[in-house]
Order: sequence, then structure tokens, then C-alpha cells
Amino acid sequence: MIIAERKPMEEIKGFVADKKKVCVIGCRGCVTVCNAGGTKEVEVLASLLRLDSSKNDSPLQVDEFTLERQCDPEYIDEVSHLMDKRYDAILSMACSIGPQFLSRRYPAERVYPVLNTCFLGGALAHGIWAEHCQACGNCIIHKFGGLCPISRCSKSLLNGPCGGSSGGKCEVSKEIDCVWQLIVEKILQEGKMDDFMKIDLVKDWRSSRDGGPRKIVRQELLK
Amino acid sequence: MSGNLKTQSNLEKILTSGNFAVTGELGPPRSARKSDVTEKAKHLVGNVDSVNVTDNQTAVVRMSSLAASLIAQQNGLEANMQMVCRDRNRIAMQSDILGAAALGINNLLILSGDHQTFGDHPEAKNVYDLDSINLIRALKNMRDEGRLMSGQEIPEDGRPKLFIGAAYNPFADPEDYRVIRAAKKVEAGVDFMQSQCIYDMARFRKFMAKAVEMGLTEKCYFLAGVTPLKSLGMAKYMKNNVPGITMPDSYIERLKGVAKDKQAEEGIKMASEQIQEFKEMKGISGVHLMLVEWEHMVPTIVKEAKLVPRPQL
Amino acid sequence: MTAELAVNIAWEPKIIAFCCQYCAYSAADMAGSMRLQYPTDVEIVLIPCTGRFDVILALRAMEKGADGVYVAGCLEGNCHFLDGNIRARKRVNFLKGELKNIGFEPERIEMFNLSASQGPRFAEIARDFTNRITELGPSPAKKVRNF
Repeated sequence: MIIAERKPMEEIKGFVADKKKVCVIGCRGCVTVCNAGGTKEVEVLASLLRLDSSKNDSPLQVDEFTLERQCDPEYIDEVSHLMDKRYDAILSMACSIGPQFLSRRYPAERVYPVLNTCFLGGALAHGIWAEHCQACGNCIIHKFGGLCPISRCSKSLLNGPCGGSSGGKCEVSKEIDCVWQLIVEKILQEGKMDDFMKIDLVKDWRSSRDGGPRKIVRQELLK
Repeated sequence: MSGNLKTQSNLEKILTSGNFAVTGELGPPRSARKSDVTEKAKHLVGNVDSVNVTDNQTAVVRMSSLAASLIAQQNGLEANMQMVCRDRNRIAMQSDILGAAALGINNLLILSGDHQTFGDHPEAKNVYDLDSINLIRALKNMRDEGRLMSGQEIPEDGRPKLFIGAAYNPFADPEDYRVIRAAKKVEAGVDFMQSQCIYDMARFRKFMAKAVEMGLTEKCYFLAGVTPLKSLGMAKYMKNNVPGITMPDSYIERLKGVAKDKQAEEGIKMASEQIQEFKEMKGISGVHLMLVEWEHMVPTIVKEAKLVPRPQL
Repeated sequence: MTAELAVNIAWEPKIIAFCCQYCAYSAADMAGSMRLQYPTDVEIVLIPCTGRFDVILALRAMEKGADGVYVAGCLEGNCHFLDGNIRARKRVNFLKGELKNIGFEPERIEMFNLSASQGPRFAEIARDFTNRITELGPSPAKKVRNF
């Protein structure tokens, strides 16, 4: 899923500094699962903003709404009753797709992103998320013991590990596991070192972002 | 490995003729001051067969390795231009390779490159379009097959005749795999390899025995990396802070037993002893002296280790 | 007399205590039957375990005028649901950070641990926390309260 986290409070406060009425809109997709922008996080942020503004002479009105998914036009339509300039700002608590879809559908509104969209990952434990994919558009993890060197090696090496691998950790940080250590361990354990001696493919980055923004069209699904 | 030379490289001549090679290192300045390069070059001329010119080492912005390599060559050295995969994509790398060859550079040493978080621009975007092994293969194809990575043909008289180098690190992890990674570089087409600085001789001997057994030293020249210790402080720092370097306690103990003002001298002595051992070691074809910001000591160490005069071929 | 001074003279802290039924709530009961004195500014909210405590509960209390909030749960290691009190402490610490972000004193929220048999300790916590909030003064949210 997409892993996001809330922006620093200072930045969000900057968004609403000159506003009187705002609405925080959450999303029940990925950001609910990673506890960044679901109903609960919307409630907390709205409450914090109200409390913050209650120190001033003119408290901010902060309303709350959480919709099913902000990356789907049919759900974006569901919040039309909140639009038509009823609010000075819409604070989207989804990944960056949410605020983009909201502003495209409701171009007159001032939509702000309240989350930073961080990476594609999974939960290692509740409260810990780690990057596992870079959406390169051409999955090759089966060649690497089921581990992704593109997203999980700091240098995206296809023939790692580099000389900076030390004690199973990456040279960039002791917090980062050297994925190549894990790949090699797996390969050694499976006794597939001979396959591994082959010089691996050179990555074709066209399927990744380097080929320009990507789009998938599936004719059988179109109306 | 002997026979027809692939390039005009002096280093290649030294190695193929069976001489024990000596390479040095020169770090370009963090400015456009040419004299910094020529000053460092003075200490190296006549003492090494070829000198590595680093490419924004430790991810710190410096004069480009191509420019500094040229200046070094204009000042009596043969450059071994380094190229890291961090800062350029395959378009820029192939272009620089062609340019370097056209300007008379004979050796190109390929590295992944330190991650930019270590350097002076940690906010930079990195590239890593290719890894070092991909690039070695690409360069070999440019030189020997006359093909760019695209498949585009390079005319016979326009192929980059570069002697291809890479690094090997017997001390990084996972230990069992290090020799296999070196083998992959040999497979990719590297002509010579220089190691990270060696202190743990026991682990290095083990590594080389395996490399010899796998026949790697028949296909590629292995040079042993030497960095003399300047002080006890440096030894301790390297032990604790430099990833990919193992520092045996015996080195630290030996330096502890020496007065502070004599530690540099002792360090040079220890390095010379290592060099003597490398001369005898099966599979080792030379040494790579890395005296970063200590270039003026190169004449001392090559004398102490009886590496001069260098053969003129 | 300035409006602010008027507020301060009239002011008594309003404190909400989220108390676990297995310990702090029983301790409060005991404090009552022992006729121990503790400030009447503390309003107790019974919760089945401090694991039920959520950040939003404290925020709502503060939005509605609480000057301070505390959570009182079992001694660490003695939670009836194993680690509800440990989780509550983490949430309290998280909320301290959030309060700081919006210019509220983090000391306005606190976590305490005690057992059911510690009636006097319950009264002591109530007194200490009330003193703390009295010293801090009214919640920043109330500075513009109209009288």
C-alpha cells in the first residue's frame, strides 16, 4: 500500500493561518491502514486545529469528513455537498492523489495536502512501515530470492552488495538492512549461486517513471 | 593474460610484462585550482605506474576526474580515471568514456560510488542507472565489440581503448560472497582490480587463496590496497568508523607502543612490511597506494618498500 | 479589572481523569470511603482499561474546556489486559508532543500508575495534578472566554 505520514503541524498551521472555515477530508484506503489519514486521524487533526485556533480571537471552524477512497472519481463525487466555496480550504488527508483528484473535480476549491506521501511499503509490525517497492513497472524479485534490490538497495544495484555493506547493514544508515546481504544469504541457502554468477540484466527504466508519467488503459473495462 | 595489448596503457604494459605494479591515488581539489593537482602530481611522478584520479570521492564535489586526469597526464603521470555510477546515467557515462579516450586517457576505473548521504550535498538526487558491473560490461563492449549500449556501432578507429579497472573489497560483508562478487566483475570484463585498504592480512590471504583457486587471477590482475597508518588515532578511527575495513588489534597495539611523533614512521614501516608480503603473495600483481592528502609521503614509502625505480617500458 | 484578571480570579481548574476500573477507579472509591480529601476539580471518567484511552478522548475533553487531563491505570506489569497501560502511556506521550505543536503545555496531560489498594495515592495524585494545573493556569484555549 501507499505509506504516508502527516505533515509537521507547523506546515499545516501555515495552510489554515488566514482561514475561517476549513474541512478535513480523510480517506479509507491505504492511509487508513497506515494510520495516517483515516477517520481517526481526521478527528485528531481537526481537534488539534480547533484547539490551536481557540487561543485566538476568532476560532477556526474545522469540519470533518472521511470518504471511501480519494483516488476514485465516484467517491470524489460524494463530497460535492461540501464544496461550492463552503470552506476557505479543503485539507485532504489522503496520499497526494487525493488532493489532486479533489482539485480536478472541484477546481474552484483551495485544496491542501496534509500528508506527505512517502513510499510503497508494508507494515513490519504495527507502527513500523518499510519501503518494499519503487513501482519500476517490471518486477524482477523472483531473480533475487524474492527481495527487491531496486527499492531496498540504497543504490538500486542489480549486482550487489557494494563495498559499503557491513554487518548486514547499509552504508547509508545502520537503520537500513543491506538487502543484498539478505539476497546473498537466501541464494547461498538455496544453493543457487551458479545462476547468480550470471551478469544480470541492465535495467530498462522505461517502465519506471523515467519513461514519463505512466498510464494503464484496459479496453475491456472501458464503458 | 599476456600477448597483444588492448590499450596504450602504461599500467597494462607493466602488468603484462610481469612487473610488480605500483599505482597511486590523487584526489582533485574542491576548487578550479590547477596547481593543487600539479603539486600532488610532483610527489607521484616516477614513483607510480599510474595514478587513480578520484571521481567526487565520498560524494563531495571536486574538480571532475576527467579534467584532473588530463592535468595529471600533462604533468608526467598516467591517469587511471575513476568513474562512479552515482552521478551519471548511461548516456553521460558512455559520453564521458568516449571523451576520456579521445583525450588520451588509457585507464578507467569503475565504482558504484559512495552514497551521497556521506557527502557535502546529501540533498542531491542520485542516479545509479547502471551498477558498476553493468558499466564494466558496457565499457568492454564499447572497446572490444565496438558497440554502444544501444547497439549502435562505434567505428573501428573510434573505439575507446581503455584498460578497465574496478575495486574489490575482501572485508565488506557478507564475507563468503566477496570473492564471488569479484568473480562477477571478472566475468563482466574487468582487466585489473584494486582493493580497499588492507590491514587484516589473515582475511586477505584467505580471500586471495579462493580467488586463485577460482582462476580469477588468471583473467584479471589483482592489486593490493595499502594505506599507511599516520597515527594511533587514525587506526582507531578506521577500526570503528569506516564500513568495509577491518583493523586487527595487533596494529593498534603496535602503534600504542610507539611515541606519538614516531607513529607515522612506524606506520610507513608497517605498510612496507605488508608490501613485501604482497610481492610474494600468489595472485597479487601489484600494490595500490592510497595516501590521501598525504601524497608527499609516497616517495618515502616506495623507497622504504623498494618499489623504485619504476620500470620504463 | 482586566478581563484576564477577572478570569483568573474566578477560575478553578477543570480536570478530567480517565480511570481504569481495575485500579485507579477502585482506588478512588477507597479514597472516598477513607474520607481522604482531594480536590473536587477532578472529574472521573470510568474506562474498562487504560488501553481504551484514546488521544481523541483527551482532545475532546480539552476542546470542551478541560484545563488538564490525566490517565490513571494499573502498575506496569499488572494490567488486567496485559499491556493496556503501556499502550496508554505511549498515547499520552504522543499527545504531549501534539499539544506542544499547538502551543499548549505538554504537562496538561499525564499518565499515572497505581493499584486498587492505593486510596491515599489516588488522593495524592489528584492533589498534585490539580496543583500542577493551577500553577499552569487556565488552558490556552480559554483565554478569550466571554463572561
